[in-house]
Amino acid sequence: RSMKYTTTTGRSITKVLIANRGEIACRVMRTARKMGIQSVAVYSEADRNSIHVDMADEAYCIGPAPSQQSYLAMEKIIQVAKVSAAQAVHPGYGFLSENPEFAELCKQEGIIFIGPPSSAIRDMGVKSTSKSIMAAAGIPVIEGYHGEDQSDQCMKEHAGRIGYPVMVKAVCGGGGKGMRIVRSEKEFQEQLESARREAKKCFNDDAVLIEKFVDTPRHVEVQVFGDHHGNTVYLFERDCSVQRRHQKIIEEAPGPGIEAEVRRKLGEAAVRAAKAVNYVGAGTVEFIMDSKHNFYFMEMNTRLQVEHPVTEMITGTDLVEWQLRIAAGEKIPLSQEEITLQGHAFEARIYAEDPNNNFMPVAGQIVHLSTPQTDLCTRIETGVREGDEVLVHYDPMVAKLVVWAADRQAALTKLRYSLRQYNIVGLHTNIDFLLSLSGHPDFEAGNVHTDFIPQHHTELFPAQRATAKELLCQAALGLILKERAATDAFRLKAQDRFSPFASSSGRRLNICYTRNMTLRDGKNNVAIAVTYNHDGSYSMQIDDKTFRVLGDLHSEGDCTYLKCSVDGVASKAKLIILENTTYLFPQEGSVQIDFPVPKYMSSVSAEGTQGGTVAPMTGIIEKTVYTFTAWGPEDLKHCPTQHRTRDQSRVSSLHPACKPKVFVKAGDKVKAGDSLMVMIAMKMEHTIKAPKDGTIKNVFHQEGSQANRHAPLVEFEEEESDKRESE
Amino acid sequence: PCARAAAPGLRVYHGDSLATLGTQPDSGSVIYQENYEQMKALVSQLHERAQRITLGGGERARALHISRGKLLPRERIDNLIDPGSPFLELSQFAGYQLYGSEEVPAGGIITGIGRVSGVECMIVANDATVKGGSYYPVTVKKHVRAQEIALQNRLTCIYLVDSGGANLARQADVFPDRDHFGRIFYNQAIMSSKNITQIAVVMGSCTAGGAYLPAMADENIIVRKQGTIFLAGPPLVKAAVGEDVSAEDLGGADLHCRKSGVTDHYALDDIHALHLARKTVRSLNYQKKLDVTIEPSEDPLFPADELYGIVGANLKRTFDVREVIARIVDGSRFNEFKALYGDTLVTGFARIFGYPVGIIGNNGVLFSESAKKGAHFIQLCCQRNIPLLFLQNITGFMVGKDYEAEGIAKDGAKMVAAVACANVPKITVIIGGSYGAGNYGMCGRAYSPRFLYLWPSARVSVMGGEQAANVLATIAKDQKAREGKQFSSADEAALKEPIIKRFEEEGNPYYSSARLWDDGIIDPVDTRLVLGLSISAALNAPIQKTDFGTFRM
Repeated sequence: RSMKYTTTTGRSITKVLIANRGEIACRVMRTARKMGIQSVAVYSEADRNSIHVDMADEAYCIGPAPSQQSYLAMEKIIQVAKVSAAQAVHPGYGFLSENPEFAELCKQEGIIFIGPPSSAIRDMGVKSTSKSIMAAAGIPVIEGYHGEDQSDQCMKEHAGRIGYPVMVKAVCGGGGKGMRIVRSEKEFQEQLESARREAKKCFNDDAVLIEKFVDTPRHVEVQVFGDHHGNTVYLFERDCSVQRRHQKIIEEAPGPGIEAEVRRKLGEAAVRAAKAVNYVGAGTVEFIMDSKHNFYFMEMNTRLQVEHPVTEMITGTDLVEWQLRIAAGEKIPLSQEEITLQGHAFEARIYAEDPNNNFMPVAGQIVHLSTPQTDLCTRIETGVREGDEVLVHYDPMVAKLVVWAADRQAALTKLRYSLRQYNIVGLHTNIDFLLSLSGHPDFEAGNVHTDFIPQHHTELFPAQRATAKELLCQAALGLILKERAATDAFRLKAQDRFSPFASSSGRRLNICYTRNMTLRDGKNNVAIAVTYNHDGSYSMQIDDKTFRVLGDLHSEGDCTYLKCSVDGVASKAKLIILENTTYLFPQEGSVQIDFPVPKYMSSVSAEGTQGGTVAPMTGIIEKTVYTFTAWGPEDLKHCPTQHRTRDQSRVSSLHPACKPKVFVKAGDKVKAGDSLMVMIAMKMEHTIKAPKDGTIKNVFHQEGSQANRHAPLVEFEEEESDKRESE
Repeated sequence: PCARAAAPGLRVYHGDSLATLGTQPDSGSVIYQENYEQMKALVSQLHERAQRITLGGGERARALHISRGKLLPRERIDNLIDPGSPFLELSQFAGYQLYGSEEVPAGGIITGIGRVSGVECMIVANDATVKGGSYYPVTVKKHVRAQEIALQNRLTCIYLVDSGGANLARQADVFPDRDHFGRIFYNQAIMSSKNITQIAVVMGSCTAGGAYLPAMADENIIVRKQGTIFLAGPPLVKAAVGEDVSAEDLGGADLHCRKSGVTDHYALDDIHALHLARKTVRSLNYQKKLDVTIEPSEDPLFPADELYGIVGANLKRTFDVREVIARIVDGSRFNEFKALYGDTLVTGFARIFGYPVGIIGNNGVLFSESAKKGAHFIQLCCQRNIPLLFLQNITGFMVGKDYEAEGIAKDGAKMVAAVACANVPKITVIIGGSYGAGNYGMCGRAYSPRFLYLWPSARVSVMGGEQAANVLATIAKDQKAREGKQFSSADEAALKEPIIKRFEEEGNPYYSSARLWDDGIIDPVDTRLVLGLSISAALNAPIQKTDFGTFRM
């Protein structure tokens, strides 16, 4: 049944264009479909095969991969809206969602922009403007001094007015550089000078500003909605305190430990803020909250936030539906009194990134993906499927896992349970980190603040421990059983299908077959002696401990599970074997075990299944593996072992990147640690350093060209020590 | 030759299912338990001895071998064959206690059949930890036997060469005769001519005659800094032509791959070489084509270890060979032929790992009827392309006035002739005694079965030790009597004792296996598996049509 929504101008929305990609595009389309509204997708050439294109009723390609030429190309999007006869444009979040020109352009073209008026976007887009508007509306804001007068006396007076502790910050600052916390007047002068010195050094500008310092602050935000009829409501707060690299990773609603009275005050302040700018549509008012639950206005986001699902879960609403209705001129579906808060919800953002490498984003293919079952209390918002690429051009968020339960503890338990079932292979993700974060006692106790991750760094990043021997046995068993499956597949294809030679019994005459395998656990090689017993079990010896292991593989849907028993303890884990690595997903965390193979073997691994059999992996003599990283020196210490090349004489890219800047040419002599080139990927610069002393033989990439993941970048001249002949 | 094309699939209607064979043994009986323990003891001894043999040339030699970055010969085989697949080792006890105090475990060479890239291959691996891998007479015999098996069954040969060549001290027993060292290269040429691929992997030295092993191969691989091939090593070159040259420069991988062209593939180490050998086999474009029908394999209904209690180690105790068959064949199903006629010989059809077999087993001494029945059954199997399995436990053909008059000699001859001529794969397992002409009629070594195995309780000799002693004692007694001399019972005992002892020693399976009179001693429990592997290997050769000669009627 198609519903029609009348706009203030008497128009209805029957078709909406979604000017976005990934999970939010899919999210909007789901609600549109529910409401009987047709959806129009736009996509870049790189997104040709992505879900949001498949989901849409119509889809239009709007240009090449870079966002500037596609998802940010306003004219092209307006063009598609006209051609497809969409009455409205939903901008999602990011991209054009907070671009006043785009909102304006839509208006000019007679297309409904699903969001606030351009004036509200503009006002809230400038920090100083927004603060003065809010201050005028009687909303508490962070006190500060941003004046031209940089004299010591003036600075000190303002600091006194604001009240200690205060923060002295470089005007041009960022990343904590040129930033000092001053706790009392006594130390003001000294810290001021120190901040200026550092600011001068780092930014060549010693201008500073002063702000009220909030110790261990919380980031609390309130969801608000306004309509064209002058109504504004709040839908309670979300706590988004836990952040890394200034981005949220776990959000929850309501904020833990917030009293009803504070909640009401927060909500009312947010409504006042929205009213102050005649806000229409979905918006978020962000506050900074100190340990005494005093809160101060920070900024207002004039769009639907990434973390809106937690609000939906506790209020039982569909905020996208609200957006569409309000855009069509309807009133807000519920009055403030009708909006109630029930239970507790968490959202964990699953990113393609490497927590052990300073949360650097990664790109690549999702080779394996399995997710928890979704139901009324468990939502997965995602825009990728197994086999999809996480692209270098866009945000590396893979999915949002949202759970709801009657109270915070129950919701947290459910979050952890569901995260364990979220398994991704092919690229690094933060899933294991999210598990240790959500399992931290202080997180459980609700003691969240923006410095949570730095403060608990040691507990959140425990030193890598050796994998339990029982799990190593499972990994070895997994490989052996995969070999058996390969042999069986070959056997069934052959005419001679019952020959005992085609079995995987490892039988020998009058003796038992013991196979010496080498597994690589992190940086360590582990020797494991596997004896094939006649009853189909295996005796696996690691160091001086022997385990009796038996089990089999079975498939559920697309997943292979390893069911096994190690010394009588039965377990079941998801098993994925890719090239020379085994991934096991037991109930707790994940295990990754490599099977080291020599260079000449890995280079032919694609034909590993020879005549239905797997290339032998026993007794392998491990070659020296050179470990290096493409990141900068401070990241070097977090260098994960997985990032490496097996080839000593080549430096290759860890992830796809565009536009390298190249500093060397063939014939150059370099020393270990010298910069070879700078790669720009995912909006970040990565310096590629020489892994060793040597002479450059070849540079494979021109400045400005594109490099694929693992593509060789630079080749060194072969030296006597690593001269290798291969077939 | 391929009269009956393979037709996989099963056509069994409810009414077609065959009655099963075998009975539940009285496992509580004294005899069963005694049998079980005696056989179990023999099997334990077998496993212990085999275990010791697998260590090769001892701790020091092994350590030295490994320190050179080489894999032990058994590890080489493990890495050559498909991962986790079985390996049918042959002649494990070759050279066992053969050279007095000189131990030559496994004859200094490991041979057997395994699947490489899905193809069943004969693998011959020198064990350089045993006297530098040099060829003792038994080493030559084992190597040649492996080639004979490869030739008969058309198995691709892979030689993992790591040998110092002929044992000079024993050159007279190694070099001159027809089946001595030279025969190895002759066989390579002949097999190559018959399109049975010869692959050599040079993982150590190949000196003098040994140089021909890789040189005669169709395709070969050499490991750098390990493998060398030359007609004369550096010392001999120095002596002969005065050149000073290192082994590597004289015949290493770089020379032979780059310059001489003696070798085809250059390997970095053992693992790499074996990997290349697997690739080479993949490139053979070989497909095994079965000349027989197959059915899904099924385990027997009875546990195999009951064979210990049923058969036992005491050859004087009788048992029904059907109970053995019931513990070997698929689903314990046996389609017996002529069950009521000549019942000291049991004949019938069954399947092992889905392959059809015609089984001939002994249930006592052979009479004329049994022999004629045996000949008839062999004719059937040859006509139908069905491999033959002989379960040998035979004291011989019946003797005595009546039987000679009945013509048992000509009836026995019919069976012997049929066995000799039968061209279907023949496999013999000696599960008890193997004496006299019974050995011939039941396809003993002289009748060229494709494979011949012994249980550890088996005895092979022209007759039983006691019978031989009695015969010799009777002759001696008669002679003494003719000379008018006394022959006391003490004299008789003194004469008999060493004869019995000698027969006992020479009839022992280890004595036989040490001399390559068989292809191995097997645990009765493994009989089914070994037979399955052997038949599978044998079916690589197309089954030839049989022409029988004259049967004396």
